[in-house]
Amino acid sequence: MVDSVGKVVLPGENLTDLLGSDSTFESSAWSRNTTGDRFSDRVKTWFLKFKEPNIYWVDSFQKRYIPQRGDSVIGIITTKAGDVFRVDVGASELATLPYLAFESATKRNRPDVKVGDIVYCKFLVANKDMEPELVCIDGSGKSAGLGVIGRDGGMLLQVPINLVQKVLSPECVLFKTLGKNLKYEVAVGMNGRIWIKCHTVMETIAVANAISVSQHMTNQDIQKMCSQMADSLVGF
Amino acid sequence: MTNVPKSSLSKNVLQMKFMQRSALQIEKEKSEEEKQKVIDDEHWVLDLPETEHKESRYVIERSIACIEELQYGRFSFNGCNPEVEKLMKIHSKDKELEAAATREAQNSVNDQEMADRYLSLSHTIAKKFAKKRKHAEIDESFDKANDSMDIEEEIPKSQKKKSSKRKFMKPKDE
Repeated sequence: MVDSVGKVVLPGENLTDLLGSDSTFESSAWSRNTTGDRFSDRVKTWFLKFKEPNIYWVDSFQKRYIPQRGDSVIGIITTKAGDVFRVDVGASELATLPYLAFESATKRNRPDVKVGDIVYCKFLVANKDMEPELVCIDGSGKSAGLGVIGRDGGMLLQVPINLVQKVLSPECVLFKTLGKNLKYEVAVGMNGRIWIKCHTVMETIAVANAISVSQHMTNQDIQKMCSQMADSLVGF
Repeated sequence: MTNVPKSSLSKNVLQMKFMQRSALQIEKEKSEEEKQKVIDDEHWVLDLPETEHKESRYVIERSIACIEELQYGRFSFNGCNPEVEKLMKIHSKDKELEAAATREAQNSVNDQEMADRYLSLSHTIAKKFAKKRKHAEIDESFDKANDSMDIEEEIPKSQKKKSSKRKFMKPKDE
């Protein structure tokens, strides 16, 4: 197994022989053969990755978002339908967001959400057979950073999903390094949408560019790029 | 373990007025059991060999956020959004606490070890405070205590049950 880590695996390839026992698999698209415990991948072609102690997953370049339970995403309200909002999250289907799933919302006290608003929300239900459902509260009924964002400006951009995974990983220094010189706010959705808010338009564009070019950069490159960017923003 | 039959109340006791509720409950349980039996008899079963359920050796985790331990997706720097900065602080603190807990678990002494250590320690100190002539006695009693502990573990539970006294059974009230 160790030799195949980091190599390309193809759809339909059987990986069971490669794996030891007690492995954990991750993939949004692992299909399981019904007759036995054979693993193959339906759609993804990319690198097989491994993490201690026994976790294997396939990492691929991907733009299509597939909803997963517990993912935090950025959605756009498209319509109000009775007691739910329909939210576009970039998936194959619109997700529903009940109006009661906001902090301090009651039947009488509807949340202030309009069509076209950007919401940062979490998937409560996401499987292939049912309509995905979103919420804007955590288990204790608090908003905890979820809810309508971007009422007072900001910019939304779309990036590949594996870039999102990169900037959110604890090792990535991009946001921290940018935060040393800039006053800015950013919300990152697992569906590849990133919302940025800065004071000036110049800064906003700079941050957006920094995020999109950081895809193939190492941490050192990112630090170098950020310092150059900070210099050019000041006017050197 | 021996199977101890469930102790039941006598008929005379159940006839008493204050025991009526318990009596009714017992009757209800009995009738339910009978009903269940009737239902089980009515169902027919195909005489087929049992289908084998293959046990999966894998755990499938669908969320990449779990696997890669991704951070929460909202960030704010230099006071752009104080609320989000508060959240970020809480998240980072949680992580530090977790790391500290794992470190603690690695370094700490477990309960069994602690108990053993204290047992021998109390013995040593008792020896120190006793007069020299009594040292031998203390050693003996310590050994005896250890032996008796071993023996107690060997006694099967069924024998222990016999020695236990009869207790007052409180009637159930709802």
